[in-house]
Amino acid sequence: MSGLGKSLKIALGLAVIAGLIIVPMNFNRYGLFILSQWAVMTIAAMGLNLTLGYAGQVSLAQGAFVGIGAYAAAIMTTHGWPLPVAILVAIILSFAVGWVLGYPALRVQHHYLAFVTLAFSTLAFLVFRNESWLTGGIYGISNIPRPHFFGIPTNKPLPFYYVCLGSLAIVSVAVWWLIRSPWGRAFMALRENPLRAQSLGVDTRRYTLMAFAIGSALGGVAGALYAPLTQYIDPVPFNLSLSLDLLMMVIVGGAGFFLGPFLGAMIAVLLPEWLRFTEGYYLMLYAVAVMLLLIWSPTGILGILDRYLAERRTKAASALRAVAKSRLETAQ
Amino acid sequence: MSAVLEVTDIKKSFGGITAVDGVSFDVREGEILGLIGPNGCGKSTLFNCILGQLTPTGGEVKLDGKVVTGLRPAELNKLGVSRTFQLLQVFPKLSVRENLILAGQEHQGNMASRLVGRSDAGLTETANQMIGFFKLDHLAAEPAGGLSYGQQKLLDAAMAFMGGPRLVLLDEPAGGVNPSMLSDLKERLVAINREKNATFVVIEHNMEFVMSLCSRVMVMAEGKVLAMGRPDEVRKNPAVIEAYLGH
Repeated sequence: MSGLGKSLKIALGLAVIAGLIIVPMNFNRYGLFILSQWAVMTIAAMGLNLTLGYAGQVSLAQGAFVGIGAYAAAIMTTHGWPLPVAILVAIILSFAVGWVLGYPALRVQHHYLAFVTLAFSTLAFLVFRNESWLTGGIYGISNIPRPHFFGIPTNKPLPFYYVCLGSLAIVSVAVWWLIRSPWGRAFMALRENPLRAQSLGVDTRRYTLMAFAIGSALGGVAGALYAPLTQYIDPVPFNLSLSLDLLMMVIVGGAGFFLGPFLGAMIAVLLPEWLRFTEGYYLMLYAVAVMLLLIWSPTGILGILDRYLAERRTKAASALRAVAKSRLETAQ
Repeated sequence: MSAVLEVTDIKKSFGGITAVDGVSFDVREGEILGLIGPNGCGKSTLFNCILGQLTPTGGEVKLDGKVVTGLRPAELNKLGVSRTFQLLQVFPKLSVRENLILAGQEHQGNMASRLVGRSDAGLTETANQMIGFFKLDHLAAEPAGGLSYGQQKLLDAAMAFMGGPRLVLLDEPAGGVNPSMLSDLKERLVAINREKNATFVVIEHNMEFVMSLCSRVMVMAEGKVLAMGRPDEVRKNPAVIEAYLGH
């Protein structure tokens, strides 16, 4: 039965991937932009899910790392560097900064840590806005070029959407690998019981720093794709509200679930579009929907599914026990 | 028999309260040493000082003759010192098998090999053996949080042995465990002690358990060592009867 469940899952996964490749071919420019944005935000949310959902370290700075990646890519590609090199630099830069931001997490936790990362977020925004020699200040950086891949220009929306989707695929495989490795297990141990983890030889300091650094690096990747996607950046999109948006994507989708960020980003990016007909009310509806969801299921949408599956398993197990018991009674 | 652990004049005070007040003892290779005493006499604080969870105010801890005072818990664990806690400490969302793999994985390879190597760090077989040894077979794939208290206690103890430790400090392993499971646990501990030549220090209030399991017993009261000796000697010691066992 579980074999069937597995092949069903694989079939469903392949169908979704095929859908993501084929269906957008008919989309207009705006639809493709929204979908590309979804892919980019999913990457950033996956990073935060690693730091927060798996390793249990609260961060309100993920938006700042998207900004760091975006500025790195914008500055480099407008100076003639190819995008893949810029992405690499964005990864290294945000990994290093994320590592340093991890140090406070070794001393403070929970809302204290949230405040430290919030301060960092503000600091990063001020650098983007005030250091105009580097970032163009409030005027930002425009005419960010899009790359050629294998001789194919990605100036048109569809090819660039495939760049975003391909990047999302690579990141997904890497994150899947990471959370199934002993590192993923150590991250979860860090979240559930750091004291016990230490006593089992888990170097909690190193894993905490790694959780921050890797999560931040994924924020950087998202930023490095965001810049050529919009082809113009200024400091405003990377302020605290992006960090809060990303946090909400992770929580609404389901923190600590692999597919949580995909779902959370879909809701955050697409729902406002679908609710557009409500005109000025969509933010209010969105807010109410999020509140209701979190009252119903504090572990997000995938938390509901998880609970349902757990209940079904318990029922199946107790049914098995009942059968075993009645057999025993007949034997007697 | 040589000493695995030598503790010399360990002191720990919190503000004006001296929880551990100049405790010295040694643990011999392969023995099971019991540690008893009234609540609040400093047993767990002593454990925490030895294991690096707390920094002692004074004194010295030696492992195999090397000073290890002030090392972090993870570093001590890598040197072969393992422990359980007084309160249950398993990872509730991980399965029983995953709990055990986690408990052993940091002893395999290095950070890089743990990232790119096998996802079970090559420990599934060892974990399954441990599961069989502690009779948790039918629960291997269940989340640890769903187990009964006694089963979690067995898992907790099993986790302490995954890294192949030389010295294991068990803090109240029998607390809240029912009698039949308790004799199971005792049998397992004795078997590991004999077969793997692991040395134990056991904090416990269940006198029957301590007296039948341990080769020597140390009694603490008010942060000091009150008595040390064979179980039958300790049981007759008037000071111990006065302070702890009662008449």
